[in-house]
Amino acid sequence: MKNSENTLFPKGAISAALKSAFYKLDPRLMLRNPVMFLVEVGTLVMLVVCVGIALGDQSQGSLAYNICVFVLLFLTLIFANFAEAIAEARGKAQADSLRKTRSETPAKLWDDSTGKVKLISSSELKKGDVFVCTADDIIPSDGEIIEGLATIDESAITGESAPVIREAGGDKSSVTGGTKVLSDQIKVVVTASQGESFLDKMIALVEGASRQKTPNEIALTILLAGFSLVFIIVIVSLKPMSSFAQAPIAIAAFISLFVCLIPTTIGGLLSAIGIAGMDRALRANVVTKSGRAVETAGDIDVLLLDKTGTITIGNRKATAFHPLSGVDPQHLLRASVLSSLADTTPEGKSILELANLDLAKLTPKDPVFVKFSAETRISGLDFEQTRIRKGAIDAIRRLVENAGHSFPDQILELTSKISNNGGTPLVVAENEQVLGVVELQDIIKTGIRERFERLRKMGIKTVMVTGDNPLTAKYIAEQAGVDDFIAEAKPEDKMQYIRHEQAEGRLVAMMGDGTNDAPALAQANVGVAMNSGTQAAKEAGNMVDLDNDPTKLIEVVEIGKQLLMTRGALTTFSIANDVAKYFAIIPALFITAIPALQGLNVMQLHSPESAILSSVIFNALIIPALIPLALRGVPYKPIGASALLRRNLLLYGLGGIIAPFVGIKLIDLLVSIWF
Amino acid sequence: MKDLLTAVRLTLWCALLLSIVYPLLIWSIAQLSPGQGQGVQEMLGAKVHFTGVGQNFDPKTHFQSRPSAVNYNAAGAGGSNKGPSNPDYLIEVKNRIDTLLKQNPGLQTSGIPADLVTASGAGLDPHISVQAAKIQVRRVAMANQLQEEQVKKLVELQIERPFLGLFGPDRINVLKLNLALDQLRKK
Amino acid sequence: MWQEILGVGLMFALLLLFAIPLGKHIGQVLNFEKNWSDPFLGFIDRLFYRIAGIDEMQQVSWQNNLKAMLTINAGWFVLSMLVLSNMSWLPLNPDGIASMSPDLAFNTSVSFITNTNLQHYSGETGLSYLGQMTLMLWQFISAATGMAICAVVFQGMRERASEKLGNFYVFFVRSITRVLLPLSILAASIYVFQGVPMTFLGKALTENLQGDGIEISRGPVAAFVAIKQLGTNGGGFFGPNSAHPLENPTYLSNMVETISILLIPIAMLFAMGHVLKRRKLAWTFFGVMCLGFLLLLLPAIASELEGNPAIAAMGIQQNQGSMEGKEVRFGAAASAYWAINTTCTSNGSVNAMHDSMTPLTGMSAMLGMMTNCFFGGVGVGFLNFYVFVILAVFISGLMVGRTPEFLGKKIEAREMKIAMIIALLHPLLVMLGTGLATYLYAQNPDACAAWLSNPGSHGFSQMLYEFCSASANNGSGFEGLGDNTLFWNLSTGLIILTARYLPIIGPVAIAGLLAQKQYIPESAGTLRTDTATFGTMVFAVIFIIAALAFFPTLVLGPLTEYFMLY
Repeated sequence: MKNSENTLFPKGAISAALKSAFYKLDPRLMLRNPVMFLVEVGTLVMLVVCVGIALGDQSQGSLAYNICVFVLLFLTLIFANFAEAIAEARGKAQADSLRKTRSETPAKLWDDSTGKVKLISSSELKKGDVFVCTADDIIPSDGEIIEGLATIDESAITGESAPVIREAGGDKSSVTGGTKVLSDQIKVVVTASQGESFLDKMIALVEGASRQKTPNEIALTILLAGFSLVFIIVIVSLKPMSSFAQAPIAIAAFISLFVCLIPTTIGGLLSAIGIAGMDRALRANVVTKSGRAVETAGDIDVLLLDKTGTITIGNRKATAFHPLSGVDPQHLLRASVLSSLADTTPEGKSILELANLDLAKLTPKDPVFVKFSAETRISGLDFEQTRIRKGAIDAIRRLVENAGHSFPDQILELTSKISNNGGTPLVVAENEQVLGVVELQDIIKTGIRERFERLRKMGIKTVMVTGDNPLTAKYIAEQAGVDDFIAEAKPEDKMQYIRHEQAEGRLVAMMGDGTNDAPALAQANVGVAMNSGTQAAKEAGNMVDLDNDPTKLIEVVEIGKQLLMTRGALTTFSIANDVAKYFAIIPALFITAIPALQGLNVMQLHSPESAILSSVIFNALIIPALIPLALRGVPYKPIGASALLRRNLLLYGLGGIIAPFVGIKLIDLLVSIWF
Repeated sequence: MKDLLTAVRLTLWCALLLSIVYPLLIWSIAQLSPGQGQGVQEMLGAKVHFTGVGQNFDPKTHFQSRPSAVNYNAAGAGGSNKGPSNPDYLIEVKNRIDTLLKQNPGLQTSGIPADLVTASGAGLDPHISVQAAKIQVRRVAMANQLQEEQVKKLVELQIERPFLGLFGPDRINVLKLNLALDQLRKK
Repeated sequence: MWQEILGVGLMFALLLLFAIPLGKHIGQVLNFEKNWSDPFLGFIDRLFYRIAGIDEMQQVSWQNNLKAMLTINAGWFVLSMLVLSNMSWLPLNPDGIASMSPDLAFNTSVSFITNTNLQHYSGETGLSYLGQMTLMLWQFISAATGMAICAVVFQGMRERASEKLGNFYVFFVRSITRVLLPLSILAASIYVFQGVPMTFLGKALTENLQGDGIEISRGPVAAFVAIKQLGTNGGGFFGPNSAHPLENPTYLSNMVETISILLIPIAMLFAMGHVLKRRKLAWTFFGVMCLGFLLLLLPAIASELEGNPAIAAMGIQQNQGSMEGKEVRFGAAASAYWAINTTCTSNGSVNAMHDSMTPLTGMSAMLGMMTNCFFGGVGVGFLNFYVFVILAVFISGLMVGRTPEFLGKKIEAREMKIAMIIALLHPLLVMLGTGLATYLYAQNPDACAAWLSNPGSHGFSQMLYEFCSASANNGSGFEGLGDNTLFWNLSTGLIILTARYLPIIGPVAIAGLLAQKQYIPESAGTLRTDTATFGTMVFAVIFIIAALAFFPTLVLGPLTEYFMLY
């Protein structure tokens, strides 16, 4: 599904959207959008007028003209509905591909009492049931692994073909319905009842079925309804005023004026913008539990990021060997490599990489590996008479001093220097004699500094969360360009930090995967859980990142901002349009009765009829013309709020004033051939 | 209820301070002013003239004030409240021009200043423009058997200069001009 | 002509010169800071508190502040009705003025307690001196109401979360004793020395040069005029208001009266800057208002100086500009300047008859009332502006991709609802009023013939202007409108009431709701409201709401007249 469709209008979507545009004419559905509902009322009135003229009413002008107005208003409605429908269709295209994965699959229900497996359909699974999956099985439902380990192909959800490992216990225990087990066997407990699974929620969201209006959308609807109300007042009071001025106005002109003045452009595109925002999030492989979460993401002030995997690449790497004075560097090198032979951690492997020695020559006979244990915190190997050990400074120190040797001061100097530079020192000893130190360093991801710079320009403070000691944390924070850090962080610290920032009025976003992240994810205003994370984490957050990419938050923030900006820009554009429409229609209303008003006809439109028709045509056409913008969104640039406002005000405000002057004049040139 | 009580007491106290103490204070200050707060007056013999209020003058022998929509009624002042496009009003202006042309021999339409054919806001404008006085000089001089130069000089003397010599229009108080004219006539 | 324009420039320069320090003074007074006036005016405050039973230290919620404001206003209305309906036998009536009819008393009472001062009577013939003194009391306390309620809103704009927004009564008392009364005494003293009457004697009886008897109305004018101008009240002592030579006798008195109009409305902005410690915001708002003000002023002055083209067509050289309804001692430019001052604020006093002004000036004056926030009335002008700021914040907040916030408080659906209702109210009242009047007229032109002193589009403008004036709580008029009838007294009276109290309740409610919200500190992503860009946005919102809603009526009124004349 990943970026499966980059075109704005996926194949087949247009015809489906057109069909649904007609369905959406149902007044009960239209009522959700007050602006377009008013247009529908106006269209119906025009229909009545047309019928009246056909039956012989002489007072309302020619039948052809009135039918034209009626058809144009009808088209305005269809265009607006089409915008919403096409946005939904794009979502639906994605939903359908999701839905394919959750068609009926057989499930192997585990019966605890008998210890046997019963084959049932996935739709019969209930929450709490336990099922078994072996290689090549499709996982029938969302769940949590309670036993075993398996490689799983999650490409159906994430589009990522590389298989992932999921195992019982720990932070990578959840599986998603519709994904496929590639190897091994797992026992899974069902965590979501039918229809409420992760996939179901996702499908409902992208199809717009469970879309709730967000707070900003509600406020905007109030604004738009207000603007429409102003023009109801204008139209109603214009009737007696025009009869006082002895300039009677035809119904078609009244309705046209009204429809042109109310903010139909934004009214018609409003829900499309909302759906498209969620859709953009989905295209970034982020599933949001509500539209509100996307909007909130745009308001984030503080971003909590885990150091490991986000700011630095996964693990530390060995960067240097520091032999004790008097020790042959080659000797230290060899000892370091030997001590790491059995070390499968990335750190251990990086020591081998850095030393770049021929392992085959080096490996002694009959080595006895000493595994790392939490108790000793030392690893290494013994061969012949040699005991090579590697570990943190205090562990080795104890080892050395217990053996009755002295611990050289030079080591203390070396290690503190390494710590100050953000590194982690590992001391290597041979036969309880210190040889030197291996320096491990965090490798900061390339380009991360620029991303933080961008965030800073957006006004977002970045906070690094790490288990490192404060010195190391500080160094890495400076290197990476984050604004603040939490060192030696425990889950409670995160929680406390979030609470503190929120108490000062800031909105906090964080990413997490573990069960112990769940409370903080719930507390944060935007909590993004990794799809690989535990079910608890996914439940607690309000977004799930399918790619498990910790830097995804940045994209989410931009999507949120884009969503608001698109609404703001189109509202401004829509309202600014009214200036030109006034200058087109108002002279047209009165010019027959008050010829002096020709001076107000600044666009020199051909006739009252052509002026009104041109305005209505422009008003109708601008909706489909702006659908691509509504779906793609107004691009966000982190140039500071004032500069951004200036830019958008010029583009959509001034542009909104000028565009219809040009547009209406051009359309009038064409329309004047007939009217 | 407490609000109501506070409101009543506060209002009465305001009434005492603002409707009684304050006006009496200003009244006391006014007693120090030239007209003792009774309007700008000029005593000429036994007669009291309110030079601040525009009046009607004999159109033959004296300088005329601006037209008044209320016939110079200082107990019921007001303007014409005619809009600039009102046809009746424009006819009235045309009539005023014709009358002026008739009364003042040798006068050209282009020489008539606007203030002499338009009614003022209160109908009590005590002033006319310098030009408005100048175009009446010949008529007044002839009617009073005075030298045109003499009357012209009289007009020049009566010009009230702008505030600090810089701000606002030049103008002439018609009553003062006519009082000066009367004195000149008596000589 | 350049002397006239120079005079206008001088008035504007002096205005700013006085308004800025006055703003600091008002800021200190409303913020309870140490102030030079404490030693000799503080005891009057305390006397007020003791007699009225006000606890100086007590702060209350926005709801309770509104309750206090509405209660005291209701009291004033009752008292005003009593006085105006019984003037004939009450004291201080040397000229034997009759009592008002109930509908006129209603209209006048409502008009004066709401700071509107729409006058459907003429001062010389319609009010005894007691009536005038009573109305003068309302002029003081309606202005103080505006200032006090504005101070309550300032409290709501602070950088903190709070339920309490100060105490209306305390702000009210301090506005009177520290601002309105001292300034009025100062101004009135200048007026009496310029020849404005201040006497309790009745009409003066004298003769003109021809020996015909004339009557000259007078009274305690100077005290009245001072607060009329300073408190954006505008109700004249005499019918023709400050065009009357006794109400405004000299160029200097005209300067003082003109400067008085905008003085406190501008000072309130700087007071806000002082109270909130946001001086740049105050200057931004000032810039927006000033821009609007100048955009209305320049065409008005140009058009008045150019004169009436219909009179030019008769061959008259209008070097002085259009002089119908104007006074020679002020000239056309100073009259146009006053006209825009008085309509941009809710003052409504005049020194020339607006009805006779050229169409563009009439339109500028109406636009001043339609926007009603380019400085606006004392206190309430800021409240109107505040509503537009909320709307501008919302739209521009969206445009920069952040949930809109103003001074660190999030603007959400509830605030938008209130702001939108208040922004809509003004067009609603004006358009429905004008619509109703034109409907009645069209139904029965003969019965309504006495309404209009002008035919056609100008007649339409007269009705439109009256409703703009009522709804903007302005009080000026195209005075040719025959407005002392049951219809006009009731319709404008009701509109005045609605247009005064809802636009006070709305912004106070918004400020109160915002005050309760958590304060969000500024970050680089926050949209700053003290920049030229945001100022442009506010201006655009005001322009679009006012211009868009009212454009059709302006076309039928002044614009039609304009295109027919030129």
